[in-house]
Amino acid sequence: MTGETLYPRLEPLLAQIQKPIQYVGGELNSQVKPWDAAAVHWALMYPDAYEVGLPNQGLMILYEVLNERPDALAERTYAVWPDLAGLMRENGVPQFTVDGHRAVRDFDLLGVSFATELGYTNLLEALDLAGVPILAADRDDTHPVVVAGGHAAFNPEPVSDFVDCAVLGDGEQAVGDITDVVKAWKAQGRPGGREELLARLARVDGVYVPRFYAVSYGPDGAIAAVTRTRDDVPVKVGKRTVMDLDEWPYPKTPLVPLAESVHERMSVEIFRGCTRGCRFCQAGMITRPVRERTITGIGSMVEQGLKATGYEEVGLLSLSSADHSEIGQLAKELADRYEGTNTSLSLPSTRVDAFNVTLANELSRNGRRSGLTFAPEGGSERIRRVINKTVSKEDLVRTVTTAYANGWRQVKLYFMCGLPTETDEDVLEIADLAVEVIKAGREASGQRDIRCTVSIGGFVPKPHTPFQWAAQASAETIDHRLRVLRQAINADRRIGKSIGLRYHDGKPGVIEGLLSRGDRRVGRVIERVWREGGKFDGWSEHFSFDRWTAAAEAELTPLGVDLDWFTTRERTEQEILPWDHLDSGLDKEFLWDDWQEALNEEEVADCRWTPCYDCGVCPTMGTEIQIGPTGRSLIPLTVV
Amino acid sequence: MARQPEGPPPPPTVQKLRIRYAKRGRLRFASHRDLARTLERALRRAQVPMAFSAGFSPHPKISYLGAAPTGAASEAEYLEIGLSIRCDPEAVGAALDAALPQDVAVVECVEAQEGTGSLADRIDTSVWRVELPGVALADLQPALAEFLSRDVVTVAKRTKNGLKDIDARASVTSASAVEEAGCAILHMVVRQGTPAVRPDDVLAALTAVADLRPPLPPRAVREAQGRLDDTGTVADPLGPDRVASTRCQGAHATI
Repeated sequence: MTGETLYPRLEPLLAQIQKPIQYVGGELNSQVKPWDAAAVHWALMYPDAYEVGLPNQGLMILYEVLNERPDALAERTYAVWPDLAGLMRENGVPQFTVDGHRAVRDFDLLGVSFATELGYTNLLEALDLAGVPILAADRDDTHPVVVAGGHAAFNPEPVSDFVDCAVLGDGEQAVGDITDVVKAWKAQGRPGGREELLARLARVDGVYVPRFYAVSYGPDGAIAAVTRTRDDVPVKVGKRTVMDLDEWPYPKTPLVPLAESVHERMSVEIFRGCTRGCRFCQAGMITRPVRERTITGIGSMVEQGLKATGYEEVGLLSLSSADHSEIGQLAKELADRYEGTNTSLSLPSTRVDAFNVTLANELSRNGRRSGLTFAPEGGSERIRRVINKTVSKEDLVRTVTTAYANGWRQVKLYFMCGLPTETDEDVLEIADLAVEVIKAGREASGQRDIRCTVSIGGFVPKPHTPFQWAAQASAETIDHRLRVLRQAINADRRIGKSIGLRYHDGKPGVIEGLLSRGDRRVGRVIERVWREGGKFDGWSEHFSFDRWTAAAEAELTPLGVDLDWFTTRERTEQEILPWDHLDSGLDKEFLWDDWQEALNEEEVADCRWTPCYDCGVCPTMGTEIQIGPTGRSLIPLTVV
Repeated sequence: MARQPEGPPPPPTVQKLRIRYAKRGRLRFASHRDLARTLERALRRAQVPMAFSAGFSPHPKISYLGAAPTGAASEAEYLEIGLSIRCDPEAVGAALDAALPQDVAVVECVEAQEGTGSLADRIDTSVWRVELPGVALADLQPALAEFLSRDVVTVAKRTKNGLKDIDARASVTSASAVEEAGCAILHMVVRQGTPAVRPDDVLAALTAVADLRPPLPPRAVREAQGRLDDTGTVADPLGPDRVASTRCQGAHATI
């Protein structure tokens, strides 16, 4: 009998660990379906701690989409902290779902959403705890099919030994297609076993099955060829794109955790995709084109969601929320609707634009006006041209000053360092900028207690972007630039004390770089790190740089490559990249030209407002830009 | 000049309600903070007209009284809420109960009556029931007798600042051992104080005095809270509000 609850065996362990609430399930809007009622069982995993994984929109959407199908059942599982993992191993309790406390091993599929590559070791830990062989090749018909998704799945090669398949792009429709395939295969008595099931899945649009592709390497260490091992699988696997977001208003009933999570708010995705063309941004490249939800669609999601959750804050989510064609009207009309209800509305970090201060003022009309976040990303005007996120220093200072003048006390500025062509001078301009912002802000607001927080991290080049060929800056370079920046900010204490500097050292970025642009050979490094105790790599208290470098040395040296080869080495135009057979729709030639233009500090416009510049996505994927304005408006809600 | 929130100040509190609620089942693993978040969201979903504090960061007016520890269930947790519009306490209780997760239940909701004093002043003692799976009554009884015969039993308690020695004995005003369905049950009445003596501390004391070591984690339930009187009875803290409200309704009836 499968699908049995493990809770009675788990409960005694919960009394002995930290934050047991994260493992008990029962969140508002969660559900447990009867096991036998569903033909296909999905376990959905976010490979990080519950507090990080629960708010993940992707997982929440798929959970709801799948559970709406009468023939499918979906439950959630998260990475288990070492205190409980130890007790589970001692007591023979396997990896479980938090909904029905069912063994992950009993499910037909284990879907894992990789927002970041630093979750890879947690996948291995979860598979091992589940009693599922960590190598896909060792699994048989009784084991779940391990499906990777999320942005990192656009280069799943480093985890290709561990996953059975990867889904490229939007998951809403793909999970349905996969469910259909698994259901039919089971109903037919599992013909041809696991191999046949995977072959059928490989023919589903957007599904990549690594085992049906062979990779060979040349004497220089680079990939010589990627070839199909079956002729009934696609040569190139293209991504999935959901069109008409109003047709997919998920999550309709967002999950509300009892435990504290990293986002104590409800989120509504106002559009998907971004064509601003920031060259460092993988999300903006792989999610094209822009597809807006309409103002009325957003209004009803906010209304339904608040009713279903009781949240007091709503985040209007997207890659660049102020770019929604109806954002001004949306902000005003939502603020009108929720006036006097103690409901606050917020935007995630925005581009540097005075209009965005107006927007934030409007959204915060009913609530707090504590902090505002802008993301200039690059320290100097020159480097901002390189990354195609152009804003002049004057505009930046003026925008931030406007924010202070409007009563915002705290402005946060996001930057990256280690960008292609960057020098110390580019990074030092951040200090100049912060000083000017404080001076002008004190004057404009008449207050001395304003603050500016500079948040800065090392840049990691990502697949499917113009910077996919770039040399990543070494950890030493990053740490050096952060050091000189800190000194410059502290040079004048009278100003410096109003400036906060938050940064991450360069080491984790190097490992993220290895995992981002790695090929199949990196899988051995991941496995070794996990075997030596590595997990929760996104957490500084668990991340061990030395363990990673030692594992990379041991596993890669015999193959004639090393950590630097994967990270700080610039690639040539001719090199076959590990993800070349995975199609985000972007022409490789377009990306290369954009890379060259970056080096020449040339800008590229946004195709929403200028003619198409042939990035390749729409014609390849059969998609088109979907934007408003619709001319509709939000009528006031009936007073309750 | 400091920025002021736009618009009029929030409406004042016109009514206070006192609520007894239970946390049961899996939600015994909820911490006080987890429960507070859950209750606040449930109040919003139930559309209870909460009064809010003024300023840029308005908070609903809710005060919680001493929360049961994470891992312990309770049939008697208390909180007080301030409303901006007068409501029928029973209707608020029912709406909140419907909006809460299954394992958190509103047991009673009454209106705080003027002149009956604060709720906090009516609570100084907890009544606990602790199930000890795998422990025989024959082992629990002598251990408990030994514990009760002592004046002081010092145990180490884990606090934010590391381990701290506390006396687990003095706060226990009475205790008894029984058996139900082959499982030993410890009943005890414990005075609340600082540092708080919790069921875990008493169990640690039983280990210390009689080497009683439960093979499985014990399950504690707070059955009641209230003021301990001289006869050893724990008075219902909502009693005075209920009495005053009955009197009040009686007065209305005569009009």
